[in-house]
Amino acid sequence: MNNGEREEFIRVDGRKPDELRKYSIRAGILKNADGSAEIKLGKNWIVVGVYGPKEHFPKFEALQDRAIINCRYHMAPYSTTERKSPKPSRREIELSKVIRTALEQAVILEKFPEMSIDIFIEVLQAEGSTRVASITAASVALAEAGIPLRDMIVGCSAGKVNGQIVVDVGEAEDKDGEADLPIAVMPNLKRVVLLQMDGKLTHEEFKRAFEIALKGAYELYEEQKKALKKLIEEMSLVQEQEGDEDE
Amino acid sequence: MSKEFKGKTLAEILRIEQTRNYLMKGIREDGRSMWDYREIKIEVGTVEKAFGSSTVYLGDTVVVTGVNFELGTPFQDSPDSAILLVEGEILPTASFEAEAGPPDEYEIEMSRVVDRSLRESGIIDFKKYAIIPGETVLKIFIDFNILNDDGNIIDAAVLGAVSALATADMPDINYIRDNIDEVSNINIKEVPRTKFSIEEIPIANTIALYNGKMFVDPTAPEEEIANSLITFTHLATGEICSIQLLKGSLSYEEVFTALDKAYEKSVEIRDKLSEMGIIKL
Repeated sequence: MNNGEREEFIRVDGRKPDELRKYSIRAGILKNADGSAEIKLGKNWIVVGVYGPKEHFPKFEALQDRAIINCRYHMAPYSTTERKSPKPSRREIELSKVIRTALEQAVILEKFPEMSIDIFIEVLQAEGSTRVASITAASVALAEAGIPLRDMIVGCSAGKVNGQIVVDVGEAEDKDGEADLPIAVMPNLKRVVLLQMDGKLTHEEFKRAFEIALKGAYELYEEQKKALKKLIEEMSLVQEQEGDEDE
Repeated sequence: MSKEFKGKTLAEILRIEQTRNYLMKGIREDGRSMWDYREIKIEVGTVEKAFGSSTVYLGDTVVVTGVNFELGTPFQDSPDSAILLVEGEILPTASFEAEAGPPDEYEIEMSRVVDRSLRESGIIDFKKYAIIPGETVLKIFIDFNILNDDGNIIDAAVLGAVSALATADMPDINYIRDNIDEVSNINIKEVPRTKFSIEEIPIANTIALYNGKMFVDPTAPEEEIANSLITFTHLATGEICSIQLLKGSLSYEEVFTALDKAYEKSVEIRDKLSEMGIIKL
């Protein structure tokens, strides 16, 4: 027997309850953007481009004491099983807003009065939990753009599927699941910047879901740092070599 | 202009500044305690032409809600479910800043939070209203309008939707089933009516945070200066059916403190609804 321990519950795609899908993050993937990043999380493929800080236009809309963030979360027509109209849906407008307010918590906007920062999130393939993956990539893109941040922002989701609390809800699980809880946090300041829930959870289940999502977020935070380090290493390869010669 | 004052009247700016001074001292602009709601007044059946309606007054916030029914074809991915459409608008009468025109992102967010609070709660038994599964189902429209915005419109809108649904009439499903051959000729408004029955009662509670102080039912200026706003919707069972962080950020601990407080308040408001005779517990 299994020594009284509960048998490990296996998910639709064979994952353990606290196992993330396969992921990778790359920074600096677009030449023209001031900052850019790409995230792959399961079949999710999301690209983020950041432009700015730059002068805000029209001028009368600019704020004297801080920068304005423009954020667009957009799904490509071919990103979903059924073709999605390229026109922004109500869902995309809501997600653009919650992602923007989440990122505003980290960006030191007061450094750039009268300016704006554009963040474009393009979901090229969607497979569940796109909003949190988007935010994770957007944070890397902002860092790559050299925009001062109080902390990184990293997102992860949890949910209840077949009565089990699981991390990183995939598309199939989201459809049949009982609840979905996307969160995004500033991992060092330990603050929640995005929190939504949809479905039915008891307080106890919410606590477990929150903790499991948090654990997933901290795992992705390591990947964010890795992506940025790798980019810096690549960029400074030449200077580094010169530096070595001097020593 | 800084962000808080953009597009506001001098009177509004003064009210915001006064509210800020009060909150710094731990008091509310209207003298309430941190955990008190403003007076809640609910009138039902205020729009006779709708199948169900309500007017909710939450302090100076006013929300009118109408419920309507139509027949329609179900969505492909849920052929045996009725359809719910929830849409809300902040009318240009609601405040100095409110504008006519297509809904902006705040209105869309508000509508979608109210939508999720209702949809996920199980207030409507969607299977019950699939008249001929795969062919004809009931379409339930809940439209709400903010007539005057003095903050906390999500809590008020969910109260409005629950009150309108709980007291709504609906077209008799059995009559439609019996006359399904002539379904295209049926005028939904002329079908004999029965009472709509609600299965659950979701209650939304928004918690505001300013300088580490937590409070409920923020007014418009309190929302403006709040560092964070978060809405939880609870069911009678104590389950959560929707959460939305509307503004700002929270520490990990604050999320759970706010959750407990929201649940406490949801019990109080549910009792109030029952006292008013709008719902039966």
